[in-house]
Amino acid sequence: MGLYFLCIILFCVGLYGVLRKRNIVKIIIGLAIMNYSISMFFVLLGYKFNGRAPIESQDQTIANMVDPLPQALVLTSIVIALAVMALLIAIAIRIYDRYGTFDITKIKRLRG
Amino acid sequence: MINNTKSGMSLIVRTVTGLVVCFIMLFGIYIILHGHLSPGGGFAGGVMVALSFVLLVLAFGKDASAARLSKNLASNLESVGALMFLGIALMGFAQGSFFRNVLGKGSHFDLFSAGTIPLSNIAIGLKVAVGLFAIFLALVILEKFKEGK
Amino acid sequence: MSGINIIPLFVVIPLGAAFLISLFGKFIRRFADIAAFVTSLGLLACSVRLMILLQNTPGKLLIYKIGGWAPPFGICLVIDGLSMFILFIINLIGFFVTVYSIAYMEKYTDKAKFFTLFSLMICGMNGAVITGDIFNLFVFLEIASIASYALVAFGTGHEELEASFKYAIMGSVASCFIFMAIAFLYGFTSTLNMADMARVLSYKQGNLFVPFVGVLFLMGFGLKSALMPFHAWLPDAHSSAPAPISAMLSGVLIKALGVYSLLRIFFNILGSTQVFLSALMFLSVISIIVGGVLSLSQWNLKRLMAYSSIGQIGYILLGIGLGTPLGIFGAMFHLLNHSVMKSLLFLTAGSIDHAGGGRDLREMSGIAKHMPFTAKANMIASMAVSGIPPFSGFFSKLIIIVACIQKGHIGYGVCAVIGSILTLSAFMKVQKFVFFGEVKDNLKNIKEAPWLMKFSMGGLALLCIVGGLMLLPSMRFFISDAVQVITKGTSYSSIILEAVSK
Repeated sequence: MGLYFLCIILFCVGLYGVLRKRNIVKIIIGLAIMNYSISMFFVLLGYKFNGRAPIESQDQTIANMVDPLPQALVLTSIVIALAVMALLIAIAIRIYDRYGTFDITKIKRLRG
Repeated sequence: MINNTKSGMSLIVRTVTGLVVCFIMLFGIYIILHGHLSPGGGFAGGVMVALSFVLLVLAFGKDASAARLSKNLASNLESVGALMFLGIALMGFAQGSFFRNVLGKGSHFDLFSAGTIPLSNIAIGLKVAVGLFAIFLALVILEKFKEGK
Repeated sequence: MSGINIIPLFVVIPLGAAFLISLFGKFIRRFADIAAFVTSLGLLACSVRLMILLQNTPGKLLIYKIGGWAPPFGICLVIDGLSMFILFIINLIGFFVTVYSIAYMEKYTDKAKFFTLFSLMICGMNGAVITGDIFNLFVFLEIASIASYALVAFGTGHEELEASFKYAIMGSVASCFIFMAIAFLYGFTSTLNMADMARVLSYKQGNLFVPFVGVLFLMGFGLKSALMPFHAWLPDAHSSAPAPISAMLSGVLIKALGVYSLLRIFFNILGSTQVFLSALMFLSVISIIVGGVLSLSQWNLKRLMAYSSIGQIGYILLGIGLGTPLGIFGAMFHLLNHSVMKSLLFLTAGSIDHAGGGRDLREMSGIAKHMPFTAKANMIASMAVSGIPPFSGFFSKLIIIVACIQKGHIGYGVCAVIGSILTLSAFMKVQKFVFFGEVKDNLKNIKEAPWLMKFSMGGLALLCIVGGLMLLPSMRFFISDAVQVITKGTSYSSIILEAVSK
């Protein structure tokens, strides 16, 4: 149970980064922390006590494997997080070219 | 391959990169091909192959990439990889439903087994490798920003 | 393609077209335009064919197992009344917007990349509504969202980049919440298939678990559908994007991803409790009022329309929150009408922008003299959105307000009427400042829109006018099938599991 709480605390750390930091790059890093903490939580859900890795090989029996389904789903989710971050970083570079700063309190042309 | 120009990193880095980069790519291809037998598969192997190209660019400067894998070629190869994957999925229609595993299954733990799974791994590995390298090129080797749209 | 094999084509056709356009669009001139047009026409034909197939199937349910694997081990694609309804809306609006953007995007560089991203967005939306597996829904949701973040930033001007960054960060945080909720649900029910999950949730008692997951999903999907506290990204994103993307985002994306997912998860999987429905109604009434009030004070044309979108989504969710069959019928009808009307409004705004008029209301006037077709289309859409008979918007708003009063929520009904008056005044402001009055000097040379854009606007205006005919008994099947799926609630799962095992 404690491990699940640690994952949620890591999620909250990432959320704090997205909400309170002023630099665009720090916001992106906070978002990355959020994504990875949820992936870790999802993989931890499939753990069995004294389980072994879910790989089938010729000399080992199929007994007491951890759940492989969350691991496959987290693989997909890491790819999605990679794509989002690549896009965000490209947008951040262009914003720096246009506005000259990374500070979000100064990037405020859209109001109302 | 060991150039004397100012771009890139020092002599030690360039020498070691020249010796090691082929092994990195080979290991990445091994991970892609054995995706149905051991952990890894298309995505993890593709990332390793992409990183071997990135290592080349980091060690030898920007011109090292244009000769081997330019941005246009990377973009086209990425689309080819995606279309290959879609073609493999459509092959399943021959035996009933979409994405069905239609090739021979072979015996357990062989390299040539499990039907269309190694082919899908190869298509995904190609797409991820070239796609990641294209992202790296687009972010690092920027054209100069021109005023106006 | 016979029978049931047509279902995966909704994902395969746009995906293949996206990469073909990306590959060949650079070499062959005009390839991107023709390929995009053929793709959207093909998708529209497939959806009509699928609708006919669905009507002829007893039980109105089509299930397709991918790879022949039976659920819960494999992914199954499920087409019932609700999926067919939203699928048809996506492909219809997608067709009109594709035709429009063939002419509009001439002013931007690199049309091939635009159509690649656009086809990927349509692939994501189609996939999200036809899948029967919750993680598959998340993956397709992400495909459509990432394509839309890139499309909002397409012109790479100042405002587009800022709006796209805001939208991308907020959308990604919402996706994180959705992923966390899916992780909790998997941990509790140990299955990912939607029907199986509903079955397990019905007998496994977890007292605090279902409300907790419900709140997480409400936060995540509420942000995707621009419910009130989570609406802050919508005005920037929808007003800075190029006009066909605004039409697609505001007309289809927030409904296909946001409202559909809320319906599917809350009515068919988790089971709708009264607490959730009351919370939804409260938030939607706030959306109606705030959307109406804020849209009155805008001077940017597209920003005004974006705020009005928030209000209209409030109407749809108010109808859903009522829970009665009449309320849900009104909500679904309003969803269909609003897609058509809001897309038409954004397309006319884009046509004014394309001709050189700009987007600020204070700098435009008297455009009706030079652009009569655009002016008429905008008038039809404005009257429909404000709820003036005999246009389609009147009927759907009337049904929602009547359902409100029937259930006994007089206050909410009065708020809905006030929202309608605010919408009317906002669009009368648009009409006065933009179309009537003296022609300004810098607008003397503007021309009417090209014929491709006129075709799209004309087609959508025609749908606005005849939309009221959906209430005729012979045509009512389209909406009432969707309503039946929603009101069946969690017994949807037993129907699907039975049909799968046959």
